[in-house]
Amino acid sequence: MNLTINGAEYELSSPPLATLLFALREEVGITGPKAGCNQGGCGACTVLLEGEPVRACLMPLAAVDGASITTVEGLGQPERLSTVQAAFHQEYGSQCGFCTPGMITATHALLERTPSPTRSDIEEALSGHVCRCTGYVKIIQAVEAAARGEVAEESALPGLADAQPGQPDVVIPGSPA
Amino acid sequence: MSVAAHEEQDVLLPRSRDEAIAAFGTGAGITVLGGGTILMPELSAGRLKPDRVLMLARAGLDEIRENGTSLVIGAGVRLADLGDAPEPLATAVRRVGDPEIRNQATIGGNLCASPGPDFPRGDLQAPLIALGATVRSAGSGGERSEPVEDFVTGDPSARLVLELEVPTGRWGASASVRRPHAHAYTILAVSASMATDGSDLRLAVTGAGPHAARLRSVEEGGLAGADPERALNDIQPVDDALASAWYRQKMLPVLVARALSELKEPA
Repeated sequence: MNLTINGAEYELSSPPLATLLFALREEVGITGPKAGCNQGGCGACTVLLEGEPVRACLMPLAAVDGASITTVEGLGQPERLSTVQAAFHQEYGSQCGFCTPGMITATHALLERTPSPTRSDIEEALSGHVCRCTGYVKIIQAVEAAARGEVAEESALPGLADAQPGQPDVVIPGSPA
Repeated sequence: MSVAAHEEQDVLLPRSRDEAIAAFGTGAGITVLGGGTILMPELSAGRLKPDRVLMLARAGLDEIRENGTSLVIGAGVRLADLGDAPEPLATAVRRVGDPEIRNQATIGGNLCASPGPDFPRGDLQAPLIALGATVRSAGSGGERSEPVEDFVTGDPSARLVLELEVPTGRWGASASVRRPHAHAYTILAVSASMATDGSDLRLAVTGAGPHAARLRSVEEGGLAGADPERALNDIQPVDDALASAWYRQKMLPVLVARALSELKEPA
């Protein structure tokens, strides 16, 4: 099976009924989409399929053969965040970060379709995304800021640009090497 | 939590309607996978281990076409593409899951959804019954068409749904009780529909039992004489994890009255 993921072509060997999430994380090594509930209820695995948000944990791989997938990694880079990513950073729309890739991909799809969303549009677009840290006020403010383009020019994450994939930025004392 | 791959299974991926019908055969030993929103968690967690899975993703059953006074909706049409469907179907569609689920879930899958362990499923059955929709399916004995209310009381797993034919040009209304979050299954929902001259009143309820039921006793009174209390003649609501039978018995006539009221005086 073939997939275009974030603009690059991949030939995949996962079984046809493996989830798209499995193929992305375990076969390709793209770990932006998170494995949370694995039953479509938390939103953390959300990716864009031909530009529309879907749950990677519910999508059988064979159903997306030949399709184009965009994950949070494909929306911006640490040294050059997308407007939505920068807005989440600026507005403190992320705490532990687990739900953030799903929130951001869904927000990209929303703003593509509805550039000036109402608060109710935003709540509807993010209705399947669960944040267990703190709540949704900052997240909705981030989406509103992104929609209005009220995002500072400085949109790189300091320190992250040098991070290597798969290596933690911060080593917690006492954690296994 | 890690994500597991599936063991290799016999996966059939028909490329046309005819191939899908041939692959389904009599349906024996076949598990049909439409959008996958209900089945994939079962497969991923290993709770379901089917021998042969028939995936409809490429079977070309995803077209919507107008046919005179009705809309013909392929079984594989995604819920997200039913925003302009006749009411009360469109409203019921908007209440299913969330935008991502509706981008993947199909109308055929919703129609055939078997009840969950502790709650009803198939929220679109009631609006389809209220609209007088018919379902065309294949399986043992060949293709056939039948009213949705007959289809859901049979054994949907023995049939491959091909398309639904939904009458247009009617008026529709609905009323429901549900918990206020996106993934809550509907506790109880009543759909109503009638011809634009006020005749042919039809009502159905979802959430009261394992599948939706038509409320013929209410329909008999016509729009002017419909008695909401008579809905309890047609169905005895069940207890489940979402709500008690007692609560549903109290709410069913209330929702019927609300749906009828909206039908008489659209908001």
